[in-house]
Amino acid sequence: MSKVIIIGAGPAGLSAAITIAENGLDVLVLDEYMIAGGRLLGQLYEEPNGNWWNGIKESQKLYEKAVELGVKIYLNTPVSNIEKIDDTWVIYTNTETYTTSHLLLATGAAEAPLPIPGWTLPGVMSVGAAQVMTNVHRVKPGYHGVIIGVNVLSSAIAMELKLAGIGVECIALPKMNKVTKESGNPMDVMNSLLHVSHMAPSTFVKLGSKLMKNEFMKKLGISFFPKSGVKMWDIPIMLRKAVIEIYGDGKVEGVKVATISPTGEVIAGTEEKIGADFVCIAGGLYPLAELAAVAGCPFYHIEELGGYIPLHNERMETTLDGLYVAGNITGIEGAKVAISQGITAGLSIIHNYGLSNQEAAIQAAIHHIEQTRKEAFIQFHPAVKEGKQKLKQHWENHRNSKKLEILS
Amino acid sequence: MTRRIINHPVLDKIDETNVISFTFNNTELRGLKNESLAAALLANGIRTLRVHEESGTPRGIYCNIGHCFECRVTVDGQQGVRACLTPLKEGINVSSGETFLTSVRDWRSENE
Repeated sequence: MSKVIIIGAGPAGLSAAITIAENGLDVLVLDEYMIAGGRLLGQLYEEPNGNWWNGIKESQKLYEKAVELGVKIYLNTPVSNIEKIDDTWVIYTNTETYTTSHLLLATGAAEAPLPIPGWTLPGVMSVGAAQVMTNVHRVKPGYHGVIIGVNVLSSAIAMELKLAGIGVECIALPKMNKVTKESGNPMDVMNSLLHVSHMAPSTFVKLGSKLMKNEFMKKLGISFFPKSGVKMWDIPIMLRKAVIEIYGDGKVEGVKVATISPTGEVIAGTEEKIGADFVCIAGGLYPLAELAAVAGCPFYHIEELGGYIPLHNERMETTLDGLYVAGNITGIEGAKVAISQGITAGLSIIHNYGLSNQEAAIQAAIHHIEQTRKEAFIQFHPAVKEGKQKLKQHWENHRNSKKLEILS
Repeated sequence: MTRRIINHPVLDKIDETNVISFTFNNTELRGLKNESLAAALLANGIRTLRVHEESGTPRGIYCNIGHCFECRVTVDGQQGVRACLTPLKEGINVSSGETFLTSVRDWRSENE
């Protein structure tokens, strides 16, 4: 039996492991990938101070520090199920079965696909897949591609592809349908782009974000948005054209685009082809929380946090004894927030283990999460803070209903 | 290996010296030791990793981090291995997933 087990060797899992090991408890970290770092591995962007945030280097630092402290990290080890038997968490993997009293789920996020005709052709991949191929494995996903889906992640990765010498023909919207809804509606996309404008060197978008404060200006902005798109890092971003089909014989050969109205309707007769040898689909990230679901955690859908969230408190405790969460499983945010959540979860585990009182450290760590959130360079949703408030309310309600149960 | 990004303006230069051989559908290929099988195949210009078990239409990598299971291949006789999560080893024999001999629809009608 391990003292503590952590599932996920990303920024949250590794930071928690370091915090726990520093306090003298044995930790085992399990991860199905071949390299530690999780989604942090692919990240690469220039910070306002001119330094590059290099996800590979940051992952290495965390990994080496954890190993130095004696943390056991088993890579290539997918976890297929967890369950609680008496007071013990049982973790089933493709090889061994492990047990622990304190289990932290730091499983991160997954990417939502956008269903578009032709999306199963070889050469169509999630935008994160292209990022990992390019930055981690250093193999070009193709020579010239098209990115479908205009959001924070797709604009950041488009820049990373350009940096590696890979051509990006354009970033375009998906054709609106029942599934793509907001991501196919130019108005909604324009709204979501306004808060990432600081990332864009293009003066148009920068100016635009100041000009388009009210609804009327936003509508005007889309009506006058040039059909050929505005350029960000020299890549046309098209809000007036949507990809209606990905075509190719046995592999991607290009996409068919059509002009759309400000509300996302395709204008007949405007179809044209853009050649490409790969296509990225950017449907946004959602918390990867299946293990919390099979464990029996209650869930709440919170749009601002990216999807269904296992109920937890600020100390990263779930409603189940000995089960904790940290990182993107608690809502979609950047790696720095994940790190501070990992530290908080680590301190909670040490405290609950009864080895030492960590109350002051936990309060400081919770405050640090909020501070990191406030200063985050990349905000995946403009209202993350409000989303966290909603979750807090659900936690209070849950706790009060438990109290009532005990009283009655 | 022109698909490889050896030099990068920000990231470190990669070590491309540890070349090993493996086979894919009986063709001998080369790749870098411990890189993902999906990366090694793409570096060789191979995008189709399997065909849909029922329709036979081609499939390649989709998520590249183990979530979607689109990149299933057979490695040394073991079926359903995710190419994106498998480190490349010297001498492994890889083959692409194939259509089923019997239609899935047929099985279903018998079992319904």
